[in-house]
Amino acid sequence: MDSALTLDRLHFAFTVTYHYLFPQLTMGLALLILVLKSIAIRKNDDRYNQAARFWARIFAINFLFGVVTGIPMEFQFGTNWARFSKFGGGVIGQTLAMEGVFAFFLESSFLGLFLFGEKRLGRLGHWFSALMVFLGSWLSGYLIVATDAWMQHPVGYAVADDGSAYLSSFWALILNQWAIWQYLHTMGGAVITGAFVMAALGAFYVLTNKQPEYGKMFVKVGVIAAAFACVIQMFPTGDAQGKMIAYHQPATLAAMEGLFKTEEGASLVIIGQPNTAEQKLDNPISVPRMLSFLTYQRWGAEVRGLDSFSRDQWPDNIPLLYFSYHIMVGLGTIFIAIALVGLFLLWRRRLFESRWMMWILMLSVPLPYIANTAGWMTAEIGRQPWLVYGLMRTNEGFSPTVSSGNVMFTLLGFMGMYFVLGILFLYLIWREVEHGPKMLEAPLTTEAEAGGFGARQE
Amino acid sequence: METMWFVLVGFMLTGYVVLDGFDLGAGIIYFFAAKTDDQRRLILRAIGPVWDGNEVWLLAAGGTLYFAFPMLYASSFSGFYLPLMIVLWLLILRAIGIELRSHGESPLWRSFFDSIFSASSGLLAIFFGAALGNVIRGVPLNAERYFFEPLWTTFTVGVNPGILDWYTVLTGVLALAALTSHGALYIATKTQGEVSIRARRAAALSWWAVAALTILGLLATLNVRPQVLDNYKASLAGAVFPAVVTASLAGMFYFRIKSNDKAAFISSCAYIAGMLGGVAYATYPVLLPATTDPAYEITVHNAAAPSYGLKIGIVWWSIGMAMALGYFTYLYRSFKGKVSLEGEGY
Ligand code: HDD
Ligand code: HEM
Ligand code: HEM
Repeated sequence: MDSALTLDRLHFAFTVTYHYLFPQLTMGLALLILVLKSIAIRKNDDRYNQAARFWARIFAINFLFGVVTGIPMEFQFGTNWARFSKFGGGVIGQTLAMEGVFAFFLESSFLGLFLFGEKRLGRLGHWFSALMVFLGSWLSGYLIVATDAWMQHPVGYAVADDGSAYLSSFWALILNQWAIWQYLHTMGGAVITGAFVMAALGAFYVLTNKQPEYGKMFVKVGVIAAAFACVIQMFPTGDAQGKMIAYHQPATLAAMEGLFKTEEGASLVIIGQPNTAEQKLDNPISVPRMLSFLTYQRWGAEVRGLDSFSRDQWPDNIPLLYFSYHIMVGLGTIFIAIALVGLFLLWRRRLFESRWMMWILMLSVPLPYIANTAGWMTAEIGRQPWLVYGLMRTNEGFSPTVSSGNVMFTLLGFMGMYFVLGILFLYLIWREVEHGPKMLEAPLTTEAEAGGFGARQE
Repeated sequence: METMWFVLVGFMLTGYVVLDGFDLGAGIIYFFAAKTDDQRRLILRAIGPVWDGNEVWLLAAGGTLYFAFPMLYASSFSGFYLPLMIVLWLLILRAIGIELRSHGESPLWRSFFDSIFSASSGLLAIFFGAALGNVIRGVPLNAERYFFEPLWTTFTVGVNPGILDWYTVLTGVLALAALTSHGALYIATKTQGEVSIRARRAAALSWWAVAALTILGLLATLNVRPQVLDNYKASLAGAVFPAVVTASLAGMFYFRIKSNDKAAFISSCAYIAGMLGGVAYATYPVLLPATTDPAYEITVHNAAAPSYGLKIGIVWWSIGMAMALGYFTYLYRSFKGKVSLEGEGY
């Protein structure tokens, strides 16, 4: 527990997991707000504008927390992972710098216009600023995912005499097939978060009979968006990720699936606890031959188990990896069920009267956050013991001169600070929810009411 | 190629200090210039729509530094571990302070976040100045070109200095004074009435500190690291930097007396650019000097990424920055003139 390596890992894992709680909603909502604004223009219906304004306020708070927790991430590559930065900076420096130069400038400039400029920009101009905020946040997502994808599946590099990697093909790095699938899957996850949050808040307004008009609108938009995103999440994107892992990180796949022994016609485990000491699964419930089929499209295909890899290739926390993966897939399945039932009820015009369904939607807010976090844990723990797959091990990447005491100090500092930030965040969101979009319904008198960070000044 | 990236990263960092510098400065003079809630809101509105974009210059400069000189990034970020983490915490606190104050109505809530905003702005200015001081003075690099500096050791300049010693404290205070005056001049241009008058007074007082500390800083630098003169001796071109600094100091003084806030503010921008440019010119090609053995120094040549990546970078960097300058021009344009309490925000 007290080695600098362990603490550096915990440090990064804690700060990035916390950071990602915010961008997933940012990216999801950016799309949904654009949808609301577009409907408002097409249908010439101002209620959708009001709704967009309301969500923009939530967006602004969320964005702020995403920004402040994101800045430490970029620094940590240098502070805690100096050897890794020296090794990989010549390659991933490209995507990280591009993120700053292209995405962050775009986002931060247009966000101000989007939040404060509705009157000045006019209808189309304001729509355009929403579009730019959406593009900025999704571009930022791509460039960071491409960075991560290089660590999962390094391409477009060569190794110099001093042992560090450098870029040999820009397009190979940018168009890494791993990055493309990982991106689509991650964005799907973000839309799921955005959609479930919107539907849940809508369900809350319907159930409490507070602003039920808007409640219904949110539930409807949320459920439709969720249905699309959930299906995409399983197929093709989740499926494609699984196949890439099978080809490029076979040891990871075996650990994710809890497959200790190589098998022909391997079965897909639904429930069971990996027992690493005895190298078997306890209490398994599984679907015979399914795993072989899903990975290789043949029921009898051989899938390599952990026994076919030497121990130093095994991910170092197999149970956590296994559960992360199963939690993600399990929740993904549940989401599809919820979204499809929701769509069905919407089609039969019984959705808003089905109080049980409103309860389910309202209570499911935390689930997409859990699924997204579990997904990242799968990706990152699965990559172990490699920091850059096949090239650099995690224990070779941390900063040589930063002692464990200093890392512990800053880890505790971040924990304390993020705890307080979390409370503040929940409090601020709660205030916005209490007010709801209704207060905006009176015709706009000043721009203050058009949304924005501190618009409300009683 | 490496030299070009040295200039470009220098440009981005200077852009950061000039832009974010004025909103840091606004935070420093916050309590002095604004006594009532309305006056404070006025100051926040003067920086509101732009501070976040200004801060992105730091991130983009950091990313570009990482991309162009990965080894420097690795070495300096891990070596400056503690001060960087403290800077991160201050940046977080500051953003929270600015944005959250107007989400609550009670005076207690507001003065709490006001204090956070102002204190973190001042501390950030000091830390940035001290960081620059460290880069000029040098750090205890080892043969592998890594180092670690504690926050302080004996406060003397030696082989094993701390982040803070008498020299870097001096540069820190110089930065504090320079940004105070920079921010005060900005607030003076953007506001009217009492706030503007007090901001002008803050600018007047801090000008003397800036002028005195600039001279003191120069003397101290010559004492701590006489090598800074080498490049100046080698070519006369370097003389533009001291010339710009002197002229802009005079400009800040003259235009303030003439109550031409805008010109005074522009002089202050030139002052910052001149100071930073002068430092960059003096240290080139060294990026991080060693207090241990000059052979361990990190220079643009041994730290740069290989040339293929750097060449590709020129293409997208130029496109990206041209776009970013476009947004900034538009943003500042649509936000020009004095701020008032009517309408949008804070
Ligand atoms: C709401 C979120 C969500 C949901 C419902 C799912 N995923 Fe996922 N998954 C993610 C959110 C996510 C993620 C957070 O976006 C990850 C982390 C890294 C990445 O590429 O995406 C991820 C990673 C990830 C990985 C690991 C990639 C790696 O190791 O690099 C695989 C194999 C899958 N997913 C497959 C699936 C399948 C088969 C699902 C079936 C329903 C599924 N995911 C649902
Ligand atoms: C939001 C999404 C992400 C989450 C939740 C996440 C989560 C994690 C976790 C849990 C670990 C610790 C793994 C372990 O020590 O066993 C880790 C490590 C790490 N991740 Fe990620 N990660 C995310 C995105 C990224 C991205 C985008 C990058 C690169 C650009 C990245 C780079 C790293 C590095 C450098 C480490 C430290 C080395 C290591 O332990 O592997 N992560 N991450
Ligand atoms: C090691 C990993 C990461 C680093 C270094 C990082 C860095 C940053 C930084 C510096 C910011 C602040 C930008 C600003 O000031 O505008 C930020 C915000 C953001 N990040 Fe991350 N980030 C990481 C992980 C991720 C991941 C995995 C995603 C998405 C897939 C993501 C998406 C975003 C988005 C969309 C924002 C905008 C602000 C927000 O959405 O709340 N980041 N990130």
